[in-house]
Amino acid sequence: MKILVCISKAPDTTSKIAFTDGNSKFDENGVQFVVNPYDEWYALVRALEIKESTGGHVTIINVGQGSDDAIIRKALAIGADEAVRIDAEAKDAYYVAMQIAAYAKDNAYDLVLTGKETINYNGSQVGGMIAEGLSIPFVSLGSKLEISGTTLTVEREIVGGVQVIEVEAPAVISCAKGMAEQRIPNMRGIMAARTKPLNVIPAVDIADLTSFVSYEMPGEKSAVKIIDPENMDELVALLHSEAKVI
Amino acid sequence: MILVYINSTNGISKASFEAVTYAKKLGDVIALSNGSLSSDDLAHIGSYGASKVLVDRGVSGDDQQQVTRMIAEVASSNGVNTVVFSHDLHGKSIAPMLSVSMKAGLVQGAISLPDAEGCIDVNVFSGKAIGKVKVNSSSKIISLLPNSLPPEETGTACAVEEVATQAGNALIKVLSTKKPEGEIPLPEAELVVSAGRGLKGPENWGMVEDLAQILGAATACSRPVADIGWRPHHEHVGQTGVAIRPNLYIAIGISGAIQHLAGVNGSKVIVVVNTDPEAPFFKAADYGVVGDAFEVVPRLNEALKKFKAS
Ligand SMILES: Cc1cc2nc3c(=O)[nH]c(=O)nc-3n(C[C@H](O)[C@H](O)[C@H](O)COP(=O)(O)OP(=O)(O)OC[C@H]3O[C@@H](n4cnc5c(N)ncnc54)[C@H](O)[C@@H]3O)c2cc1C
Repeated sequence: MKILVCISKAPDTTSKIAFTDGNSKFDENGVQFVVNPYDEWYALVRALEIKESTGGHVTIINVGQGSDDAIIRKALAIGADEAVRIDAEAKDAYYVAMQIAAYAKDNAYDLVLTGKETINYNGSQVGGMIAEGLSIPFVSLGSKLEISGTTLTVEREIVGGVQVIEVEAPAVISCAKGMAEQRIPNMRGIMAARTKPLNVIPAVDIADLTSFVSYEMPGEKSAVKIIDPENMDELVALLHSEAKVI
Repeated sequence: MILVYINSTNGISKASFEAVTYAKKLGDVIALSNGSLSSDDLAHIGSYGASKVLVDRGVSGDDQQQVTRMIAEVASSNGVNTVVFSHDLHGKSIAPMLSVSMKAGLVQGAISLPDAEGCIDVNVFSGKAIGKVKVNSSSKIISLLPNSLPPEETGTACAVEEVATQAGNALIKVLSTKKPEGEIPLPEAELVVSAGRGLKGPENWGMVEDLAQILGAATACSRPVADIGWRPHHEHVGQTGVAIRPNLYIAIGISGAIQHLAGVNGSKVIVVVNTDPEAPFFKAADYGVVGDAFEVVPRLNEALKKFKAS
């Protein structure tokens, strides 16, 4: 199986979120960046497991600038065979997905895996867009994936339950919890990653469809009202008459 | 013309009525569904502002790409420039495909109407900030986060028209489907009761389930609780689990780590029960009870029963 895993750079989950340039840009100052957890823990690790059990080749792909190379090396250290970075600013999900689709079209992958969403923009967009761009099937929110020949069996989350489906490769699957378990790169992996190929290729010409104009922080919460643990009648009364939620 | 897609997998959800209400504020609305929803149920969508409802009974909804082709065809034959989804698991995965097929900019997880400049608010950084998105294309797709505006039932039922689109075959074959009966799906629940490691073990969840049942709430949990297998994975809320924004979130024995808060801080009202007055969750709470869950929760259940009976 030739597998393409899409990875995105995301701020570490404990990062302080702030904005600069008149609230139009995320403030990267002092922020530690990681491989987006869904891409790393679920998509990449499952791809490696498939390669280990049935053979194959795992390429990771990222749309971004030179500052993304650190997280790309991390993904290589976990075990991917090679990396491709499409050298461009990730303008919006459509732009990113169309770049990846253009690359994948020329390189015939059997399977394209993405995380279910990024933890910074939470869009859940790129996987479906790549599939549509390549005119191949898309399965969202896969929590298990088994492969037999060219048939993919996927457990996926649907509205109000889970479903097991079958689809023929090539296909795009967005990966969620359950797919695999996080792997910590070992020293050998980290050393090997230094010499694995990281091919930087130019972007194709595509117009973005959306832009983030500005950001704001949600309004401050008013101070918590402390309720006597002996007096739950008071809490119920407040939820009813003050908060009006019951 | 605005088109609202109505997901047919679990009956018509409140979130679908919210999407129609939202669309009506943008212009004239038609709705489109597929599958086997009854004509009476579909006609009821008119009450929220749709002038007619189209339905393609030949499309099951299992292959979301087939649904995408159905929507694209109906959009182009009806002069539609904006398509609105409810941001459930179904809409979340169809909207991006439709964005490519219609070359229409997508606002995923909208929480507001467009402002004077046409910008729409979405939650970013897992709810820690709000971003204003502008669509640069002439056609738009908006996927509306549930619970972002109340559904408004102002009109009457409308006509339902059966259509047969050229949506092609489904490429995805469903082998089995499991839907837990009678449970409220977490992302749609208006009231959520959640518990964490403070509960010490899975055998202690009885009082939490009782509380959920008295309130008619869904149950949720923190990540470690799902990881150790005390609770099912689909209950895990937070940055790496489900993000929710119910009207009421009751957190019992959860410390309030930043990754947990990221998935729940859109809740309208938060109640925290924790033995530790320094627990970070109290900073995000509206009402706090500093006390032992094993005493407080049974007491709360009794108080609620008394309230419900009165
Ligand atoms: C990359 C990353 C992603 C993560 N994503 C998530 C996520 O999506 N969701 C998530 O929840 N976590 C997530 N976490 C984990 C998170 O950091 C916390 O470890 C986790 O939320 C803690 O769970 P908890 O509050 O149940 O347990 P603890 O932190 O152990 O807290 C238990 C709480 O219970 C209280 N308590 C103890 N006994 C009682 C009692 N008898 N009555 C009342 N209160 C009591 C304690 O005072 C304490 O505050 C993530 C972590 C990382 C690094």
